[in-house]
Order: sequence, then C-alpha cells, then structure tokens
Amino acid sequence: MPIPDALPENVFYAIAVIYGLLIVASIVVAVMKRRRPGEATSELSRRVTSWWFMITIFSIAIVTNRIVSTVFLAFMTFLAFKEYLSLIPTRRVDRLILLFAYWTIPFQFYFAHRNEYGHFLTFIPVWTFLFIPMAMTLAGKTEGFLRAVGTISWGLMITVFALSHTAMLLSTDKSVAGPAGGAGLLLFLVALTQFNDVAQFTWGKLFGKHKIVPKVSPKKTWEGFIGGLSSTIIAAAVAGPFLTSMPFYYAAVAGGIIAIAGFLGDITISAFKRDLGVKDSGGLIPGHGGILDRVDSLTYAAPVFYHAMHFFVFSGRV
Amino acid sequence: MKNFLQFLFFVIVVRPVLLVILGMNVRGREHLPKKGPAIVVANHNSHLDTLTLMALFPLKDLHLLRPAAAADYFLANKWLNWFASTIINIIPLARGAVRKNPLADLEDALDRNEILILFPEGSRGEPEQRADFKRGVAYLAKARPDVPVYPVFMHGLGKALPKGSLILVPFTCDVIAGPAMTWTGDAQSFMGVLETRMGELASEGHFQPWE
Repeated sequence: MPIPDALPENVFYAIAVIYGLLIVASIVVAVMKRRRPGEATSELSRRVTSWWFMITIFSIAIVTNRIVSTVFLAFMTFLAFKEYLSLIPTRRVDRLILLFAYWTIPFQFYFAHRNEYGHFLTFIPVWTFLFIPMAMTLAGKTEGFLRAVGTISWGLMITVFALSHTAMLLSTDKSVAGPAGGAGLLLFLVALTQFNDVAQFTWGKLFGKHKIVPKVSPKKTWEGFIGGLSSTIIAAAVAGPFLTSMPFYYAAVAGGIIAIAGFLGDITISAFKRDLGVKDSGGLIPGHGGILDRVDSLTYAAPVFYHAMHFFVFSGRV
Repeated sequence: MKNFLQFLFFVIVVRPVLLVILGMNVRGREHLPKKGPAIVVANHNSHLDTLTLMALFPLKDLHLLRPAAAADYFLANKWLNWFASTIINIIPLARGAVRKNPLADLEDALDRNEILILFPEGSRGEPEQRADFKRGVAYLAKARPDVPVYPVFMHGLGKALPKGSLILVPFTCDVIAGPAMTWTGDAQSFMGVLETRMGELASEGHFQPWE
C-alpha cells in the first residue's frame, strides 16, 4: 500500500539527531544538578524535562501527516493568541470581535495548508485589519477605541499571522522545498530557532557580560547573542543540505537570519510582557512559562525565514 | 448514579473545556484542602467559577464538594433544578431572611465532612470587579470555629462568560489559592482578615482592567 504524502527519511534522521542532543543535554544537566544542587539547577532540569515533552509532541505532530501537523500548528497559535488576549486590557464591548479574531485562525491555516499565497498574505494584514476597526465603530463605543484596535491588530499579526508561516512552510511544493519537503523546512526553522535560544542562553550564562537592551531583557548579552549566532550558523550549515534545497553556504546564511530574527522576536515579546508587568505569559510549560514564552523567537523567525526563502530560494533566484 | 453523572460531566465536558478552550493558570494549588470539613471562599465573576473551582479538586473528591447557591435562581425551573442538584450538587440557600438559621444546611454539610464552596459577594455582579463580601461566611465560621477557611482569588472567567452573556470567548483564567485561615473571634475582624487576604491574592497577579 502506498503511503500518501510519505515523509522523507531525512526528517526522521533529523529528529533522531535532536533526540541525541536532548539526551546529551539531560545527562549534562543531571550531572550539574548533582554537583550543585539548588534552585538554578532544578529550574534547568525542569526545562529539560519540558523539552522532552515538547520535542515528542512536535515530532509526533510533524511525522503523522500534513493535516495533523497543520492542525497542531494552528492549535499552538490559538494558545499563543489566547495568552496574549488574556494578558492585555480588553473591553467588554469587544467580546464578539475577539471571538471573531479567534476564528481567523482556522481560515489563515486553511490558506496556509492550501499554499494560497495571495489569500495567506492578505487575509489578516488587509481584510481583518480593515474589518476589526469597522466592527468596533459599528459597535459604537469610542472610549478606548484606538487602544483596542491597536492591541488586537498587533496581537493578530504577531501571533496568528506570524506563526501561520510555519504551516505555509509545511505546504511548500516538493519541487522547491528540497529533499525533505515542507516538513524538512519546518523542522529546519523550528529546530534552529529553539537551538539558537538554548545556545544563546548557554553562551550568555558562561561568558555574558555586555548587555544589549538592559531595560527590556537584562539577561541578553552580546556574548550570548554572538555565541548563539555562530552556533546556529554552524548547525544550519550542517543540517541545511539534508533538510532544505540549499547548499551549506546558503544554509549558513539562513541560519544567521533565523538567529537574528529569533533574537529580535524574543526581546520584542519581552518588551510586551515588561509593559504589562508580567514575567511569563502563562504557566503551561514548567520551567519555560507559557506558550508565548516558548514561541516568542518564532514570531519573528518564521515570517522572516519564510519570506527570505520565498524570495531567494523558492523563486530560483539563488 | 448521581455521583456517576457528575463524574461523567466533569470528565467529558468541564475538564476538556477548561483545558482546551479556556486554560487555567493555577497558583498555590497546594493550599487547597485535601479533605473536609473545609470552606473555600472565592470571588464571583461568572457561572464558570463554580465549575472551575470544582475541577481543581481530584475527581475522587468531587462528591464532597458542595457549592452554596441561591435557591431562587437555581431551583427556578425543572431543568436548572435537576442540573444544579444532580451535577453541581449545590446546597440551595434562601436569599433574604426566611428561616431561623439560614446557615443550618451548610453547618450540617460541614458536620458530614464536606467541602463548602462559598461566594460571599452574593451574586456574580459586575464581572472582574470585586464587591464587598457579605458576612454570612463569618457567622458560619463562628458556628464551626475549627473548620479552616481557604481564600481563593479568580480572574478571567468573567471575561470568558460574564453575567448576561451566553457566548463563551476563550480567555485563560487565573486561580490563586492562599493558605487557610480560621475563626478570629469576632465577625468584624474575621471579615477584615478575609478581605485583606483576598486583596493580597488579587495583587499577586498583574491583571489588566476590563471595562
């Protein structure tokens, strides 16, 4: 029996490598916890445990089939958007509009699933963008209008629109996606974004000194950023030829783009949280915080990587 | 049978909706009572408050939970009456003075080692705005001075399903439970301590206004 939409085996190899890294990380953290018991190492150990769960859920979601993967990505986006809306001040008069905003998620991911580039690009930035203030105007309450339009529109863009690029990558046509198909591209993006987060954290812990934006994110240092960037470039150059259609040198550039965009996404969400006076966006993932805390880097990395790929690689320009 | 229907309702409806559509951030879960008799006191924003509080307890203790609810509202029609009595397992309270001791049913429940859930604001009122607590809880604590009282602050459910709305909009709800307190010796100081504790729990979250 032929398997429809069968996953290229490279995706499985990549997942095996990720688990290999996870096992190494678990051993290192277990040793650290033994040597230096305390809150810091316990927190680290909680994070690693959560990584086991997250990587397992993500792996199952992407190897099952494309519909399951897209529904999974849409659900993660729903959780991120819900965390966002639950944190910001909202108005009672906007309840129905918020419900409508949630309903953009299935449509947006449907367009992504069908790889309908035009609808995918206009549905939220044009149509929803115009619809929400119109609906609020017709509801007739002008008090707090600008804040409500601004916060809801930005939230839709930074969560739903930005994260739906993951599903758009997944539905990329095999002819341009490379040897591992859309799933390979998605895995390349997500694994490197998360790898960059961890690498940046680790380099920062080891050598961090010069703060980049102390008022927004006091733990982000140049040493961490550059260490993360170089580690991600190397990882991308190694993984790129297996998971994408890029040779190692373009893959290295893509890794650099992911690292920089990921860093910017991270501090942007930090600025948002700091404005609201919260440290974490939620308590769903032990040691990490909420979903939004985990996908913060992806809110920048996913659209930037997708559009860079679309412009340079899918189009055949490079 | 009654317990079984209640169990089924919480497993099939309440928990999935709370987990998937709404989502909960629970802080201080370890403070919640592990056995009765106990009194859980919370602020009231939405019909979902009761279900959410009940869902915080292990399923095996579900039958011990007794939310006190207004008889005139919940026993008003046949269906609501069935739902309130069978699924939620409420203790109906008469609003306004009708009997000699309006708290008798609650005291009996405590004597049976049950866990009472009380909303001393009296009604859901304006969602996400705290109203003053009514003093009934103090008289109950006075009547059973050894029973611990657990303050719980809830936020967000009033946004998800406020009074007067039938449409559920997803919002993550926050539940912050604090350590237990007991009868202080007089009603005024008891209410003072309780209100202060609720205020402290409320300020643990950085909740934005909702108007």
